Amino acid sequence: MPNLSEPVIATIALAGNPNAGKTTLFNSLTGSRQHVGNYPGITVEKKEGYVDTPHGLTRVVDLPGTYSLTAYSQEELVARNFLIHERPQGVINVLDATSLERNLYLTVQFLEIGIPVTVALNMVDALEAKGMRIDSDRLASLMNVPVVRTVARSDKGVREALDAAMNHPQKAWQPLHISYGPDLDPVLKEMTDLIEARDFLTQTYPPRWLALKFLENDLVVRQLFEADSELHRNMRDMADNVARHCEKTLKTQPEFIVADYRYGYISSILRQGVLTIQPDLQGRADLSDKIDSVLTHQLAGPIIMLGILYGLFSVTFAIGQVPMGWVESFFEWLSSLAMQMPPGLTRSLVVDGIIAGVGGVLGFVPLILIMFLGITFLEDSGYMARMAYMLDRVFRIFGLHGSSVVPFIISGGIPGGCAVPGVMAARTLRSPKEKLATLLTAPFMVCGAKVPVFILLAAAFFPEHGARVMFLITLVGWAAALVVAKMLRSSVIRGPSTPFVMELPPYRMPTTMGMILHTWERGWQYIKKAGTVILAISVLIWAMMTFPALSPEAAAPIESQIQTLERRLATEPIEEIRLALQNDISELNLHIKEETLANSLAGRLGRAIEPVTAWAGFDWRTNIALVGGIAAKEVIVSTLATAHALSDAEAQAFSARIASAPSWNTSVAVSLMIFVLLYSPCFVTVVAIAREASWGWAVFSVVFNTGFAFVLAVATYQLGMRMGW
Amino acid sequence: MPTIVNLREMRVDQHGIIRTIGAQGELGRRIRDMGLVPGTEITVIGRAPLKDPVALRLKGFTLTLRNSEADFITVELPDAELV
Repeated sequence: MPNLSEPVIATIALAGNPNAGKTTLFNSLTGSRQHVGNYPGITVEKKEGYVDTPHGLTRVVDLPGTYSLTAYSQEELVARNFLIHERPQGVINVLDATSLERNLYLTVQFLEIGIPVTVALNMVDALEAKGMRIDSDRLASLMNVPVVRTVARSDKGVREALDAAMNHPQKAWQPLHISYGPDLDPVLKEMTDLIEARDFLTQTYPPRWLALKFLENDLVVRQLFEADSELHRNMRDMADNVARHCEKTLKTQPEFIVADYRYGYISSILRQGVLTIQPDLQGRADLSDKIDSVLTHQLAGPIIMLGILYGLFSVTFAIGQVPMGWVESFFEWLSSLAMQMPPGLTRSLVVDGIIAGVGGVLGFVPLILIMFLGITFLEDSGYMARMAYMLDRVFRIFGLHGSSVVPFIISGGIPGGCAVPGVMAARTLRSPKEKLATLLTAPFMVCGAKVPVFILLAAAFFPEHGARVMFLITLVGWAAALVVAKMLRSSVIRGPSTPFVMELPPYRMPTTMGMILHTWERGWQYIKKAGTVILAISVLIWAMMTFPALSPEAAAPIESQIQTLERRLATEPIEEIRLALQNDISELNLHIKEETLANSLAGRLGRAIEPVTAWAGFDWRTNIALVGGIAAKEVIVSTLATAHALSDAEAQAFSARIASAPSWNTSVAVSLMIFVLLYSPCFVTVVAIAREASWGWAVFSVVFNTGFAFVLAVATYQLGMRMGW
Repeated sequence: MPTIVNLREMRVDQHGIIRTIGAQGELGRRIRDMGLVPGTEITVIGRAPLKDPVALRLKGFTLTLRNSEADFITVELPDAELV
């Protein structure tokens, strides 16, 4: 955390294309002195951190990675609004030197706004390895900006880039004017003059930039002009005229002419000796291309992809077991400590409510962190983009986008994820419709909280086939997600797909720092959930299962029976009879617990809906667990155990117990697995959906998913009973 | 007479120069923002397992687009490709 007594002397923005190394540079500058939030009202991440400089503290804001500054995506709007409205002292524009031409396209747009730009020419090492050279002094003088060579992953040139931005020679904003050709330049001039004459928003926006954006048909800028209807009408007439002219003579539109001329401007600069190629090294195939010829091979590619996913899954579970054991033992120890308290409601609240509930969730933290570490590696190395590329054709059939694979996998497409960061990962999808379909179906995946339910039921009913059951249930999750996505995309969220146009970034070894920060951001969401929502829900469920207490009249006969047996036990000399007596006493104790539960609010609720849920084979005890599971899936197993009057320590025995219980059979088990897999997302996921989409869609996901799951569960159960499973 | 083909028809490893881009609206803008402007040299470097999307190499980086998007782009092939 920054030392807040120190004043913040400047704000510097970091901007650049996705994958240009912007985040690595940001991490290198700010280290752990950063925090991630959201821009108000929207779901674009806001990252900022602080750096100590000789003159004082400097705030560094990492803007979202973008290729352009149009109004088509929230990221681009956020980036340009930040620069225009918050007026940072300058922007460090991180460029990937290996694709300089395309990266400069964004630089030109920053220069057109007029903000002082410092170019961080990143990955110069990779460029030189390719046998190319950039004359950075020449680039600096031609573009009239400071250029600093950096290799952000090894911290080279990073501080120099910040220093250059802080000591930028250009003190005021000076918009760059480039020529857009004989068709657009005159009208651009006319529009600029008009804006200046009326002094329209000139305090905030550079006039020529406004005119240019108006010509580019930028909806946000056009809306600005609605404040001045006369100016708006004049501007629109001019824009329409020139658009008609371009359509007639050039068969194109002003916004495309603008893009073409920007690239023309850039290549005219690059041609002046900025980029030189060493002929002896040319023609050497790019390393990424070589890797791609295997990893995205038409036959080998998909097979390797399945292998990687399966490998990640098995490694996660193999390694995750160890720290999971530690966390479990810790909570057992905590629980035994709490047992020192005098028996009564308080102890029961602490042990059965808080420790059991929160401990059960935190037990999964190591597993989830390892899973996220793996996913982060796939993402940061560039492989995730290849998965999107290979899967796009399949996903498109279901109305989704290749990039939907990321939220699906994080949500538990490989068992063990979590839908909360999964739903948030859907942000990377540009089309609102595909994003909505993705985030509504991602909760069908096998998240880490559902896993124990499947393990338990598999152990009870398919003891030899645990792994196969898990595999099949994962496939069912994927199938449900895709089919429902198709249903949604052809009904309530119908609409055309968005452009796929996507970069395949070069393969790179992720930096340790980047991996840790990225993994921690996601893991933290999960831990926060355990500390807040699940804590509250555990207490609530405990209360629902405890109150109202069993009436003394109902409890009295059993308690007197126990007392009688205990008196006999005290005087009984024969060991075998003593054992039998002890057994009877504990049976009666369980009976009290069971009666208490049946009489409690939760028990009454469970019984009330039993006539309906019986169609799917669920009895009232299962109902309690499932209702609790709407809050958090983690509580299903522990609630089932309590409802069957067993403590957590006896969980092993639990699977044996339900396997032989009269109300359980294979059909019930399969039906329950399907239901748990598909029904309402947990409460935290619902909140996440509301934030990413709307409360309407969040409620929809609760109602629709539960209905969908119930129909499938009933069908499974009824079929199973007829087949005699 | 130069040979002009649709980007969709290009084979893997074939290269050429972009002539026209017919896409409108957001797609047209995205394609150009990513550097696919007339005059750009491209090489088709691969196709996904189901032949779609297609991966292109241009300006030092790799870009993928769907065949339905490639349909809007015409490419001039060098003379050697005439056979």
